[in-house]
Amino acid sequence: MTFSNSAELLSFHWVAYSIYAAMIISVVAWFGYNLTRKEAKSVFRIPFYWYMAFLVAGGVGHHIFTYNTIPWVSQDIDRHNIKADATYEFEIENHKWIGLPEKVVVQCGQTIKFDVHSRDLVYGFGLFRQDGSMVMQMQVNPGTDVNGILDSNDILWTFNHNGSFDLTSTEYSGPDQYTEDGKDLMLVKNLVQVVGCNKGGEK
Amino acid sequence: MSFIKNLKEGTNFDHTSLNALQKVTLRSVVMAFLFYGLVALEGMIMRMVEVGRVPLNPLPGQFFHPEHFFSIMTVHPIVGIFGSTYQLVFGAFMFLVPYLTKKPLYSIKLANIVWILITLGTALAWIAAFVWQYAPLYTLYWPLPADTHQFKVIGGIVFIIGVALIMVGTLGFIYNIYATIFARVGIHKNKTTKELLISGFGIDGMLNLINKLRGKQPYSKEPALALPVVAIFRGTVDTFLDALVILGAGILILIYLVFDAGGHALDVTAIDALLYKNFFWWGLDLVADGLVLIYVAGSWYLLAMLITGQKLFMENVARAALMLELLVSWMVWSHHLLGDQGQPEMMKLISGEMVTAFELLTQGLALFITLVTLWKARPLKMTMELKYLLGGMVGFGLAVPAAIIQADMGMNRVLHNTQWIIGAHVHIALIVGLYMTLYSAVYVLWPLVTNNTKLYSHKLSNAHFWLHLIGGIGMGAFMGMAGLDGMLRRHLYVDGQFNPDMVFAAIFGSMLLLAWALFLYNIIMSVGLRGLIGIFLPAKDATASYGIEEELEPADDPAFANN
Repeated sequence: MTFSNSAELLSFHWVAYSIYAAMIISVVAWFGYNLTRKEAKSVFRIPFYWYMAFLVAGGVGHHIFTYNTIPWVSQDIDRHNIKADATYEFEIENHKWIGLPEKVVVQCGQTIKFDVHSRDLVYGFGLFRQDGSMVMQMQVNPGTDVNGILDSNDILWTFNHNGSFDLTSTEYSGPDQYTEDGKDLMLVKNLVQVVGCNKGGEK
Repeated sequence: MSFIKNLKEGTNFDHTSLNALQKVTLRSVVMAFLFYGLVALEGMIMRMVEVGRVPLNPLPGQFFHPEHFFSIMTVHPIVGIFGSTYQLVFGAFMFLVPYLTKKPLYSIKLANIVWILITLGTALAWIAAFVWQYAPLYTLYWPLPADTHQFKVIGGIVFIIGVALIMVGTLGFIYNIYATIFARVGIHKNKTTKELLISGFGIDGMLNLINKLRGKQPYSKEPALALPVVAIFRGTVDTFLDALVILGAGILILIYLVFDAGGHALDVTAIDALLYKNFFWWGLDLVADGLVLIYVAGSWYLLAMLITGQKLFMENVARAALMLELLVSWMVWSHHLLGDQGQPEMMKLISGEMVTAFELLTQGLALFITLVTLWKARPLKMTMELKYLLGGMVGFGLAVPAAIIQADMGMNRVLHNTQWIIGAHVHIALIVGLYMTLYSAVYVLWPLVTNNTKLYSHKLSNAHFWLHLIGGIGMGAFMGMAGLDGMLRRHLYVDGQFNPDMVFAAIFGSMLLLAWALFLYNIIMSVGLRGLIGIFLPAKDATASYGIEEELEPADDPAFANN
């Protein structure tokens, strides 16, 4: 099982967490009801050590599961050793993108490196589908090294589904990001366009 | 009794019968619930903005302006966390520590200074946002709080002074609590500081466990400190560290603002933004993943014992686990930096993911111990305090796994900074988990701090419970769903892009506001307006303890000074 994009992951997460939420609410409600009954008996006994083992397995197993099913985890950790198919580098200053290409066209399955630098504040870099859902995001911290070169905030991303994605800053950097009537000045419509994938994703 | 008479006089509340400890406790509690109302109102305003400029939205246009919106967003957590939650917790603990240790509170004067400083500090921070629209948000990401192009210097200075006052008040609370715990008076007359320290850190519980495994006699059959006091002791360590970090950040910002005001602006790049983020999140996370969880675990244990009238199940394990929780809380801050590409991968992996996952263990253990303690005492009457305790456990049962899910390098890439974090995790943890636990404590302590004042209406209490529970879970759930749909948490949406999620979140949010109004009404009708004012009048009885023989306040006791 592998999630080929964040939409699949978020759908899975929605279902799994909703089931869990319904379960925990029901268990406590059932527990509360039985607390008031003298004749209530344990339906099943949960040995303490098994319960603790379950929690450990849940906490650790979750990360093992995501490492093996979400492709961008290992790619992110190892990104300095991976050669991108294309690299786009740009800056942000005073709530404006500087050096941003007019359009980033990506062939299906290509791995793209985005390297973003901030000249003043903490910003974010996030791509969004046309329905508003998030493709991915990262923080963009300002700063320079000892030689005065702006710090990198880089991310590798492999695009496996066709689509047109908007860009905006995902971190708050002050009210100047917006016009008085609330228009987002850092929103860039349809910056990234992915082409060449099948309907279900992949080439 | 007529409505007017009830409104004026309450049921049978007599503020003149309250001693100094009861009065100072109630002062904190009253301020906490007034600030809660303010924070609920702010939350609703922001939710209505996110619903967008749609027909039937009654919100005036000015709230949609970014300066206004983000000013509210900046003070919302300050008022909620410090003005309300801190005050409520501090008030309860300044009553509980003397009550449980059977010793007087170290200083009533200091306790009064604490609630006044926190109230004043919260008011100043709020004024800075309201008047000067200072809006760097609670995260204070460097160098935004020192950005004088976007914010007025005076607003920043007033805001920082406000936060500093809150932290000074917090340090006052900490001093009062530790001075009370370590006071060698009453039942601790013959205890040494070392014995109290060992018990405070739960080392006696750990040694008892080790001795049990080795087939030896327990290290301590009767620990020096009761378990809930151990939790307060332990959680207060994080409260102290957190206060130092926030004060430190405040001083840094203040220096930059003052120099700017003097026409000698300092270079903001002298401070590394990522290093600052690490420092600040280490401190701030001691609230979310430190003191809140430890205080809550301690409160659950206390409530379970008081509700059942029995000893806590696996008490030694609970004592030892509180120590583990303290250590874990110092090492988990990196889960806030999983989206920061400059953060070392090992820190993300170890601190951000692995150690953070331990919280599932520590909180799961607290849940288990509390539930088994209750279960062993059945049948129990479904009292208000039991209802709220179960509600609190549901809240953390939902919010802690939500936190573990997002503290993952894969999930965080698509959940960080979304409404999922603030809705499904933070608001459910605070509103349902923490507040319902605190309401349970309020109902348990009510007869003690009010000298058995009759509650005006149990129907209203029940209505408050259900509205709060359903409103809290519902609002958090719809905010969480909007987050999964891509809605950011620190972003302005004015066109209703995430409706109907935001409409439902607003409906459930209004249930929370209504719940608070019913609770407030019930309390006012119980104590009466005269009683409410009387709480703030000086106490005739200067006793600083509850349920023990009258003793001098340790601060005024020459014998205490010699110790």
